[in-house]
Amino acid sequence: MASSADKVFAPWEDAYEQPLIRFKNVTKRFGDFTAIDDITLDIYTREFFALLGPSGCGKTTLMRMLAGFEKPTTGSTTLDNKDLANVPANRRPVNMMFQSYALFPHLSVYDNIAFGLKRSKMPKGEIPDRVEEMLRLTRLQKFAKRKPHQISGGQRQRVALARSLAKAPKLLLLDEPLGALDKKLRQDTQFELMDIQEKTGTTFVIVTHDQEEAMTVASRVAVMDAGVIVQVATPGAIYETPNSVYVADFIGDVNLMPGYAKISGSRAVITWAEGQPPIYSKTDLTAGTKCTFAIRPEKVSISEEEPGEDVNKVQGKVLDIAYLGNLSTYHVELPDGKVIKAQVANERRIANRRFTWEDPVWLSWTDTAGVVLTK
Amino acid sequence: MRRFSWFNATSLTLGFAFLYLPMIILVIYSFNESRLVTVWAGFSTKWYGELAQNDAFLDAAWVTIQVAFWSSTIATVLGTMAAYVLVRGGRFFGRTLFSGMVYAPLVMPEVITGLSLLLFFIAVNLDRGIVTIVLAHTTFSMCYVSVVVSSRLVSFDKSLEEAALDLGCSPFDAFRSVTLPIIAPSVIAGWLLAFTLSLDDLVIASFASGPSSTTLPIKIFSAVRLGVTPEINALSTIMIGLVTVGVVTASLVIKRNVARAEAEARAAAG
Repeated sequence: MASSADKVFAPWEDAYEQPLIRFKNVTKRFGDFTAIDDITLDIYTREFFALLGPSGCGKTTLMRMLAGFEKPTTGSTTLDNKDLANVPANRRPVNMMFQSYALFPHLSVYDNIAFGLKRSKMPKGEIPDRVEEMLRLTRLQKFAKRKPHQISGGQRQRVALARSLAKAPKLLLLDEPLGALDKKLRQDTQFELMDIQEKTGTTFVIVTHDQEEAMTVASRVAVMDAGVIVQVATPGAIYETPNSVYVADFIGDVNLMPGYAKISGSRAVITWAEGQPPIYSKTDLTAGTKCTFAIRPEKVSISEEEPGEDVNKVQGKVLDIAYLGNLSTYHVELPDGKVIKAQVANERRIANRRFTWEDPVWLSWTDTAGVVLTK
Repeated sequence: MRRFSWFNATSLTLGFAFLYLPMIILVIYSFNESRLVTVWAGFSTKWYGELAQNDAFLDAAWVTIQVAFWSSTIATVLGTMAAYVLVRGGRFFGRTLFSGMVYAPLVMPEVITGLSLLLFFIAVNLDRGIVTIVLAHTTFSMCYVSVVVSSRLVSFDKSLEEAALDLGCSPFDAFRSVTLPIIAPSVIAGWLLAFTLSLDDLVIASFASGPSSTTLPIKIFSAVRLGVTPEINALSTIMIGLVTVGVVTASLVIKRNVARAEAEARAAAG
């Protein structure tokens, strides 16, 4: 473990590592409404931490508490072991990039970036150098004299980033930073963000409802629902081993098969549909229970002939094909009407694809392809 | 989509004639040679010259301008503060009552406002003069400023102020260096509106004025009772000019402000 820890960035696995941010039993109520319900969470230095969830799940409230715009109703928040309770927003070593960018319309790009520096302890003479450095980092040198309404959306996004990074905060908060950009620009900017995060070594906390975005940029993702954190893990772990039906369903596409699991050795034997063989899946469960078997469509194989080797196989006919260019998702209807999705890379041209509507096909998967969820 | 039709042209002409014909006649007769107001005897600017010699009128004009300047300035400060609290203050105890009371002078009959102010000044034993007129004008023009400024604040992205705080501003610094520059056009428009309102107020001023502090509208009104002279026509023409400049500037500033706010909104959305 020690040797791999040198290479892989995983401070959350190191018991001796002190977290940068520590939420401890934090609850936030607005009148009768509980926005944050008893959250305890550690975020470490240099992490790119994503708060992911649908709108209204409390992710923005949690972030605004770090910025100092909301106060927890109960519980404590610490930054670098210092309690934040009585530190106002303008005294925190935390900066935020707003969803609307919140660029000051009456100031030029240069003055927007210099705004925070002029209010810091930085000597006046050093400010131009720092602004210049930020302009270079975000490739905005040419636009320094322009006003925010004279530049494009992507450039405004970079100004907002430069402004929030200028003071070299211990923690940068990003509130849906890429929401206003179109898809192509958003993907480019995601990599740019990761690059800048690595260069500056700043701890980033990003709020997003876009699971692809969270998966791309984050070192760890916290999936939230109704004021509660459902799961905190690396993107890979969130995707491959979700801890609940909610997480499995929220992240990516998934087939969910409710049933009843009996334990046989290290495998669960799940009865899930009448007339279908049980599903075999590796599991940590030790006792029989009601459960949901979850499997990603790309882990389900589709074939014309009965597959020999796989443990789990069912027969059905192609109900629908969603063609996505690089991938196709086949919706296969079983005799009892249940539908299972299987996703295949389109290695052949569309005219030569192997299956079409109404074709009888076999679906199969191994006993390690899916997960057994009890929550 | 401009289309000319005789119906539109006629109704426009009649409408404007109804509104402005009396004033046009007044302006024309201010250039009348004759002392008789209703008889045209040739073009002359001599009444403007006479007006410049008339100390009573000039004193009144000076009082009016002082009152307008101070009352609009105080009204702008107070009205902006009221608008800021009403728009940004969230739900505090008594908010509805407060906003109702800020806007009540808009619909309150002037006679009642004037009378109540007079009684108040007598009660607190305040000698009537320029100070009392300034106070009186501030009370009614403040709400106009408040209306103009709060309409801008409503469309103002609150995260701009949060960004200023986030970057290290104290709340006051955030207001001064971010909020105020952005809402400045509305504040200026509100000031111009208050200035203009103060300039042509007669009813409230006549309740609040004292013997040493006659404003121009009061002076004109009392002079007219002794008969309309071409001098008064000349004076009125100057006042029409001043008020027109004030109102047009205010509306231009507001219009530019709206256009800019829309451009910002487009920029933020796109």
